[in-house]
Amino acid sequence: MSLIEVQNLKKYFKVPTGLNHAVDDVSFKIEKGETLGVVGESGCGKSTLGRTMIRLQDATGGKILLNGNDITNAKGNELRRVREKMQIVFQDPYSSLNPRIRIESTIMEPLRHSKLYKTKAELKDQTHRLMELVGVDERLRQSYPHELDGGRRQRVGIARALALNPDFIVCDEPVSALDVSIQAQVLNLLMDLQEKTGIAYMFVTHDLSVVRHISNTICVMYLGQLVEKASTEDLFLNTLHPYTQALLSAIPSTDIYHPMQRVQLKGEITSPINPEQGCRFLARCPYAIKDCKQPQKLEEIEKNHYVACCRVREIN
Amino acid sequence: MRKEKRSSLFAETMSRIWSNPGAKVGIIILVIIVSACIFAPFIASYGLNEMDLKNMFKGPSAKHIMGTDGMGRDLFSRLLYGGRYSLALGICAAVVGSVIGIIIGSVAGYLGGQAETIIMRFMDIWSSLPSMLLCILISAVLGAGFFNTVLALSIGNVPIGVRLIRGQILSERSKEYLEAAESINCSKISIMFRHLLPNVISPVIVDATMGIGMTITMAAALSYIGLGVQPPTPEWGAMLADARTHILNYPYLIMFPGLFIALTVLAINLIGDGLRDAMDPKLRK
Repeated sequence: MSLIEVQNLKKYFKVPTGLNHAVDDVSFKIEKGETLGVVGESGCGKSTLGRTMIRLQDATGGKILLNGNDITNAKGNELRRVREKMQIVFQDPYSSLNPRIRIESTIMEPLRHSKLYKTKAELKDQTHRLMELVGVDERLRQSYPHELDGGRRQRVGIARALALNPDFIVCDEPVSALDVSIQAQVLNLLMDLQEKTGIAYMFVTHDLSVVRHISNTICVMYLGQLVEKASTEDLFLNTLHPYTQALLSAIPSTDIYHPMQRVQLKGEITSPINPEQGCRFLARCPYAIKDCKQPQKLEEIEKNHYVACCRVREIN
Repeated sequence: MRKEKRSSLFAETMSRIWSNPGAKVGIIILVIIVSACIFAPFIASYGLNEMDLKNMFKGPSAKHIMGTDGMGRDLFSRLLYGGRYSLALGICAAVVGSVIGIIIGSVAGYLGGQAETIIMRFMDIWSSLPSMLLCILISAVLGAGFFNTVLALSIGNVPIGVRLIRGQILSERSKEYLEAAESINCSKISIMFRHLLPNVISPVIVDATMGIGMTITMAAALSYIGLGVQPPTPEWGAMLADARTHILNYPYLIMFPGLFIALTVLAINLIGDGLRDAMDPKLRK
């Protein structure tokens, strides 16, 4: 049994012109202690996917299973227990911490709500243990967020997410707002924590080198749908979907003798509002034919390598 | 070990207000007036209703520094005692009005959707009625008296507070720390009042402070038309009303209460301006 299983998850937003298919029919599994990377361009629904999974938003359709239990519509006490198992680290450490609450209280808050710790001293001990775990100096406990730099704030955000010993954390672009040097520190921290606690991550990002560094499996999203899913190594060495190929070719190369051949995409992104049935990449795909107007299915092309493209065998 | 200096929001705001010259003057004036009113029995040389019929309508002199009124009562003493009512009315009404406004506004802003629409349309209707008229209506229905007057005066402040708070919440609602609070099982009430409110309350505090000045003038106006505090209780507006028949013969009777009202309102507005600058988060270090 997988830790998390997402089946045909859908999240549509009502907009004046129709339905925005932010997440459309997405299925995958995450095992204990594993990191699933989710990549895609801005607005492809990766963040919405993460937020829907941990029930910050209600799904429009499909199922979310946590340890085999359906939590798609959990409410009240059940939802409270679910949230103790699943947490989130946000993208922007400047807006994800309440500017009027001190660091110590921010980290202590989930502990207080869980009612696991009876006395004030226990609460404080646990808070300081968490601060130590994520590497926030104890002298900063009475500081306000605006007195800290981005990296430290993100560590506080991670401490808050870790407070209740969750099994699963959604990392919603946790390093994209940080300096490169700080990015590495935070990524290493996340990986160390995974080693220590066996926590599973879903790592949402548009930074391909980051996702390669941290993930076991990678999902590539395009306009709300999964277009390719494979192990990290496989995806980077044996890229099958034309969109993923274009995406990966955009990684800057440091090798001046073998510059990357960039696949230049032409055309506009299709609107996610009331999209056509067929492949959503159709309008920009260099290999598009008539058959692409049929709905595309995620198929296992090679072992553990899933691609949603009807021409995948011909073009590779 | 070096002790780190940590200042709370309150202390920080205070120190910043104090560095604003206008607000400093306002604070000094207000402190003098308020303490004079509180310690009226020690400062005033005459009693509240002590009449001296031999000395009616005496102009300012060494014995009565602001003169006496038509019943020979010392004007200065009565102004000090009267200030208690005027200030208490102003402060209570501004606070009550703003607190009600904050609660309704937070509910509207945080819940959104239908509830918000209904509340805001209701507030539109509410604020379309002139607040003075509402005030007169309520005190006429409920009758005069301190608490009824507070209620009548606070009514006009409610929609302003609601609008301000809701506007602030709309701009704050999409911040991630609220989602974070939700994800760690904070209750809706706790998110609203512990997380959201402290981040949106500054403009309402500023507005309520300014409102105190306005409410004092409103209270005076109510008393002037006989709907506020009833004689012989000295209240600045009521004293103005008493003196209106003598405005040509004994202008000092109207000048001094007017001066007290004007000074107090000026002081409060200066403080309010300073507070607005001090609480602006963009000016924080």
